[in-house]
Amino acid sequence: MSSSAADILIKNGRIIDPANNIDQVADFYVQDGKVAGLGTKKPAKFNPEKTIDAGGHIVCPGLVDLCARLREPGAEYKANVKSETHAAARAGITMMCLPPDTDPVIDEPAVVELIQQRAKENHSAEVVTLGALTVQLAGKQLSEIAALKEAGCVGVSNALQPMQDNRILRHAMEYVLTNDMTLHVIALDHGLSAKGVAHLGETSSRLGLQGIPVSAETVAMAQYLALVEEVGVKTHFGRLSSARAVEMIADAKSRGLPVTADVAIHNLHLTDEAIAHFNSQAHVIPPLRSAYDRDALLAGLRTGIIDAICSDHQPHEPDAKLNPFPSTSPGISGIDTLLGLSLQLIDQMNLSLNQILRALSHAPADILGVAGGHLSIGAAANICIFDPQPTWQLTRETMYSAGKNTPFLNSELPGRVMHTLVAGQIVEALF
Amino acid sequence: MNQPIPSSSPSGDLQLDSQGRLQHLLDIEGLNRSMILTILDATHSFISANNQEIKKVPLLAGKTVCNLFYEASTRTRTTFELAAKRLSADVLNINIGTSSTSKGESLLDTVRNLQAMQCDMFVVRHQESGAAHFLAEHVAPHVSVINGGDGCHAHPTQALLDMYTIRKHKPDFQQLKVAVVGDILHSRVARSQLHALRLLNTGEIRVIGPRTLLPTSLSSRGVKVYQDMDSGLRGVDVVIMLRLQEERMAGGLLPSRQEYFQLYGLTQERVKLAKADAIVMHPGPVNRGVEIESEVADGPQSVIMEQVTTGIAVRMAVMSIALANRQNRKLVLPGEVDA
Repeated sequence: MSSSAADILIKNGRIIDPANNIDQVADFYVQDGKVAGLGTKKPAKFNPEKTIDAGGHIVCPGLVDLCARLREPGAEYKANVKSETHAAARAGITMMCLPPDTDPVIDEPAVVELIQQRAKENHSAEVVTLGALTVQLAGKQLSEIAALKEAGCVGVSNALQPMQDNRILRHAMEYVLTNDMTLHVIALDHGLSAKGVAHLGETSSRLGLQGIPVSAETVAMAQYLALVEEVGVKTHFGRLSSARAVEMIADAKSRGLPVTADVAIHNLHLTDEAIAHFNSQAHVIPPLRSAYDRDALLAGLRTGIIDAICSDHQPHEPDAKLNPFPSTSPGISGIDTLLGLSLQLIDQMNLSLNQILRALSHAPADILGVAGGHLSIGAAANICIFDPQPTWQLTRETMYSAGKNTPFLNSELPGRVMHTLVAGQIVEALF
Repeated sequence: MNQPIPSSSPSGDLQLDSQGRLQHLLDIEGLNRSMILTILDATHSFISANNQEIKKVPLLAGKTVCNLFYEASTRTRTTFELAAKRLSADVLNINIGTSSTSKGESLLDTVRNLQAMQCDMFVVRHQESGAAHFLAEHVAPHVSVINGGDGCHAHPTQALLDMYTIRKHKPDFQQLKVAVVGDILHSRVARSQLHALRLLNTGEIRVIGPRTLLPTSLSSRGVKVYQDMDSGLRGVDVVIMLRLQEERMAGGLLPSRQEYFQLYGLTQERVKLAKADAIVMHPGPVNRGVEIESEVADGPQSVIMEQVTTGIAVRMAVMSIALANRQNRKLVLPGEVDA
């Protein structure tokens, strides 16, 4: 990467900025690490040291990924901040949000500082963190949420761990509200999902796998929503998996509750059929559900009930998937495929490029409450430039994440990322 | 919609070779009717051979069969062992308790080590669904895997010996009403039996049990579901009882063994609801007084001991068929003349 923030001219690209309703072919100007203008609005003193020919390419806000595990600290044998931030930049992602279930858990400022320091050393995609809602994620005692916010956490979450009871959850919500933060939750009732490894349905029944009923999601979601209604804390529901959950979010939004939602990209493509032959690469929690659920998630994205798409990136070492299905670690390595799989939805599902890019940039940035996800003048120049036309094959070699665990291996994906800029610096020049 | 094909998934017909012949036996699902009939016919030949004074045949001479048992088993392991020995194979029995898995060696490591000792066939029993598929994906190309029971998924040799037993007593499956009773949800035996019964065009397949022990999607697969034992048994030709595991009481699925017996125990009274010449089966081990009354288990309609005997021959049949296919040669059964 270059050492200083030079003036950069991005020529002839199709600029798509959903936040500002921009979709036009124009030159684009970056100065001092910021967006400086486009088309005829060229800044006065503009001396581009670098010109990127973006003819035929799309210039859009860098992608913001609401949930990515980087495996550092605690599981560096799977991946680390360096490997994953570089992989992200190569995939057009300029910011990733790390949930708090690292080891040690992000329940005190020192852990946040460690991660921030690692990310900064790598001069690549930015990393923001969610703080642990409770100490050790044990669901009992509140973390020092004000201190975590001060250290830079953009929200709090108890990740996939249960709260001891709803009284503690209610208090936690009140305290999160006091600190003016967003609570990130994954609705999954602990009892109903215990030991489950797949959607409870035809496939799990046939394979003799312990199922996770849709009610594991809806029971938990109903409890959260009842408490959100009383407390009024901003709550983000991550990784929706069922049709019923989409309906519940739609209802909550129509009644004005302060809720948002995302879906993992693999839940928009795959159903529980993907595990039909004990394919552990498709073992994820929350699980892949029925075609009916998948279609409802797609419809929810189209209508805006679901705000954002995330990778739910979970890189693993090969051994994590080399076991009988129930003993394998859940999770898909998803940052390499986030853009390509999202673009694939455009043709398949009658979604617009604008909608997709909004769900990948502006919407998640908004949920995180961070600056970014748009190309307004003066904003940090976090930019993704990609060629929408050519397809490329996902292989172990073309994946940059340290985790090669994906059920999409050997798929042909559209969209080739040409350049990624973070704060006006070209972090990766590819191909 | 155009769903990407999960690429690293094993193919659905992992157990068949490129010419559609059996190379592993992992599951009844994926086999066809004629394959099942071939195995049942071969079983018949081996039963005749087993009645001879000299029981050994040289079909697996020079081969090594490894019995890899991660779960306790008496019947299945010993019948596999006897089957391999009667086929003249060398047999390696490895019983891996939970203690050695906790020492950290993965299933795959264990198998790779054993493969280095040049085993030709693994018989595997494992507590997790999919274990046999997993092994079949990773063994060397010449090695066969026979599923001796994986989690709640499949127990194909048990289902085959049950089909043999049924066929012996009631040859025309299309005329039969068969009831499978008990813990279908957790039973690998039941899953494999239901596939086999369907492939053999069984006239009517019923399952009987409380909702807590039944899978959710059975009726969509052409199975009649009964929660009332008496109505389920009425007029059936075959009653297959399943073993009830003690842990079902702890999991909130059943209140007590007593209440289970009261609702679903097979008593002499209840046997009378089935056809007069109905047979009673059980894969063993039997919980007397829990799922079945002793008088029924040992009674005139019971074929439970016959099932055990058939177990040896059916396993001989499966092992010799799989290895003959591996060697690309025709299987010459006892009593047949090699042309």
